[in-house]
Amino acid sequence: MREGRIPSKVPVEAFFAGGLFLLTGILGVAYGARTWFPPLASRHGAGIDAMLLYLLVAVGALFLCGHVALGLLIWRGARQPQVTHRLATAKTEWALSAALGLLMALVAEGGVLAIGIPVWSEYFGAAPPRDALLIEVTAQQFAWNVRYPGEDGVFGRTETRLIDDVSNPIGIDPDDPAGVDDVTLINQIAVPVNRPVTVRLRSKDVIHSFFLPHLRVKQDAVPGMTPEMVFVPTRAGTFEIACAELCGLAHYRMQGVLHVLSEDEFRAWLQEHGSR
Amino acid sequence: MVDVLVAPDREAEVGTLVEEHEEQPGFVRRYIFSTDHKIIGIQYILTGLFMAVVGTLLAVLIRLQLGWPEQQWPLLGRVLPGGFTDGVMGPEFYLALVTMHGTIMVFFFVSYVLVSGFGNYLIPLQVGARDMAYPFLNMLSYWVAFLSAGVMLASFFVTGGAAAAGWTSYPPLSAVPTAVPGSGWGQTLWILSMALFIASFTMSSLNFVATIFCLRARGMAMMRMSLTVWSFFISAILGLLAFPPLTAAAVMLLFDRHFGTSFFLPSGLVVANEVLPHQGGSPLLWQHLFWFLGHPEVYVLILPALGIACDILPVFTRKPVFGYRIQVYNLVAVGVLSMVVWGHHMFVSGMSPFSGEYFTLVTLLITIPMTIFGVNMIASLWGGRLLLATPMLFTLGVIAFFGTGGFGGLFLGNATADMQLHDTYFVVGHFHFMIGGVTLLATFAGIYFWFPKMFGRSMSEAWGKVHFWLTFIPFFIVFFMQHFLGLQGMPRRYYAFTSYEFLQTTMGQNVVISIAALVLMGAQLVFLANFFSSLARGRRAEANPWRATTLEWAAESPPPHGNFGRTLPVVHRWPYEYSVEGLEADYTPQTVSPREAPVTA
Repeated sequence: MREGRIPSKVPVEAFFAGGLFLLTGILGVAYGARTWFPPLASRHGAGIDAMLLYLLVAVGALFLCGHVALGLLIWRGARQPQVTHRLATAKTEWALSAALGLLMALVAEGGVLAIGIPVWSEYFGAAPPRDALLIEVTAQQFAWNVRYPGEDGVFGRTETRLIDDVSNPIGIDPDDPAGVDDVTLINQIAVPVNRPVTVRLRSKDVIHSFFLPHLRVKQDAVPGMTPEMVFVPTRAGTFEIACAELCGLAHYRMQGVLHVLSEDEFRAWLQEHGSR
Repeated sequence: MVDVLVAPDREAEVGTLVEEHEEQPGFVRRYIFSTDHKIIGIQYILTGLFMAVVGTLLAVLIRLQLGWPEQQWPLLGRVLPGGFTDGVMGPEFYLALVTMHGTIMVFFFVSYVLVSGFGNYLIPLQVGARDMAYPFLNMLSYWVAFLSAGVMLASFFVTGGAAAAGWTSYPPLSAVPTAVPGSGWGQTLWILSMALFIASFTMSSLNFVATIFCLRARGMAMMRMSLTVWSFFISAILGLLAFPPLTAAAVMLLFDRHFGTSFFLPSGLVVANEVLPHQGGSPLLWQHLFWFLGHPEVYVLILPALGIACDILPVFTRKPVFGYRIQVYNLVAVGVLSMVVWGHHMFVSGMSPFSGEYFTLVTLLITIPMTIFGVNMIASLWGGRLLLATPMLFTLGVIAFFGTGGFGGLFLGNATADMQLHDTYFVVGHFHFMIGGVTLLATFAGIYFWFPKMFGRSMSEAWGKVHFWLTFIPFFIVFFMQHFLGLQGMPRRYYAFTSYEFLQTTMGQNVVISIAALVLMGAQLVFLANFFSSLARGRRAEANPWRATTLEWAAESPPPHGNFGRTLPVVHRWPYEYSVEGLEADYTPQTVSPREAPVTA
């Protein structure tokens, strides 16, 4: 196709094709630029939100630039009668690659590692504080078995052979004195506000995942393992617990509730449930 | 049949081989049990397209449930009595749908059409060979793949239904038959089918590597190969390295299910109020083995998509691809890195948090070669004279989706953000852009582009463009919005979200997504109609309708058995000789000798 034979409809097509990508960039950013996260309710969650916010802003900018460039190049290229070679030399090619490598090293590696890794290592690496409240959560199809150690601060022994889904769902050994004051509940957790909580996760059957969307907590409960996590709730209220790993038929209904209470309310709550 | 593993310079001998072939075999040997790489490629493409239709129908059902949860669909209830009770979809059926949709689309659509289909069709033609290095192995690989697809489809019809433990099949859910209804014969057939698939894919990858190493035409140096061939080369090597561990894992899972072993099952399991006898296994072992395959697998799929995009760009910009050499290095770098990042799928799995830091670091390293690759594709447009034909539109879509999907990777590849986003719809949106969108658009670009070569006829341009617009826009809406569902905390693989207070605001978004998804899936009928009607009545295509430079265009359309007539082509230049200054024609095929046109690379 020589110059004269370029069909006249090219500008229209170029307009639409270029516009498509331009609009994709602009509308995409416009759609994304609002508050999406469930309202925050934990201390370490602020770090995770900062990480997400950094990514949203950085990526939003790159997304916009990329699509605008794509749109404009299409609009220009489709109306161009002749190919120009100016940019395509080995030197410019390597220069662009080096610049991009540097940019991504800064944005992706630098930014993410600088903001993200401290949050991650504090969340996992810091020793649980002395005053942390210890709770054991044993997941099963399709419920969260919650246990507090009671006055003595020690969990009673559990045995697999004693498990009965109705009378003794996690198999507490009645002969162990440490277990007498254990408080057990199903799908209900209460914790005091602003005090560290350690959750020890177990699973009876398949893999589940303990997900507190408002507290930015997610940890798989894997049978055979007992991972622990520490978080500090910063806001009183009632928050939902969801399962985030496919665990079977009623995965979508494996729902629990986390009550974040004041110290006094929490003590009263524990006493009320312990006396049952 | 003699295996034609011939050094590139022994073309005379290969020439005589063709004459042996000229006694035409019968219909069955020519079109069904054929050893011709072109027929096998087309067989893969047609099988893959059929599986895509199945996978798409499953997606229709998924979106109906998510957009309008627990709605009554009397008609569907009558068609699928096993999945619906009183016209309402059952949760067990929903889980089977998501599991099979994922499995079919990843392994039986994208792998078959994009990798095995185009790979088989294009590699010998683009490197200037008469066939694959091992034609019989090639045929065997297709028929094993066919069997594998058949076994996977058969699993819908067994008691308990198809597998329902997700396409990742994490044990114990997948290992204990009482854990979920589809974990009966459905799961066993799933495992068998995967083992067959891997066997087939390994044969095919071996063939790719051997052909590219040994059967290149005279003058076809490695750095004169098209980026398509390069991408198939890297992806085949990744396949060979990464797939065997999953075969091992599949056998172990099979033994855990049926023969009482405990590879993935620890002691103390209580399923359905019954204590299981297993002890000593680790569920995490499966995850490591699965993702050791699973992560390279996404590159096995996406690299050919990118390679194809890079080869279509210069044809429709009439100038060389930007930074050919750098693109090759990027492919190699990504290939190497892809083998060491699998743990980023397991940040919250209970794996050591220190590994989490390592996997964050290496995963983010991948962004560097991938960004350079993507921007080089955009830079390829710079100064070009764009012809906005259908293959080009889809290729431009590939670039956009690759960017959007890649940016999602920045969120998920780092452990800190992944704590919140893991197993939410953010992940679903992300991987649909990458191994869904990039590969889908590249598949369409490839089909519109090489259809004239494959069948000697052209597809309708006008309908192709309609198809592009009706694919790009709804696809973008569906999966872009899903990222934000993930930011709102919506977990994936949920049958319904109705009972969660914090997800009430997502209801409207899910309806919009479902409507867009239905438009997207309906639009594929335009493609199917165009494909089949062009097959029968499309305009006759000449040998080189797009005026492209690579070797396949030097053959007739469609190429005869043996591809290149009496003598094999001799290659004199790189594959992107477009708009060389001072020449009358704006392209110079690779076969043109330096005496007729100067060689620029």
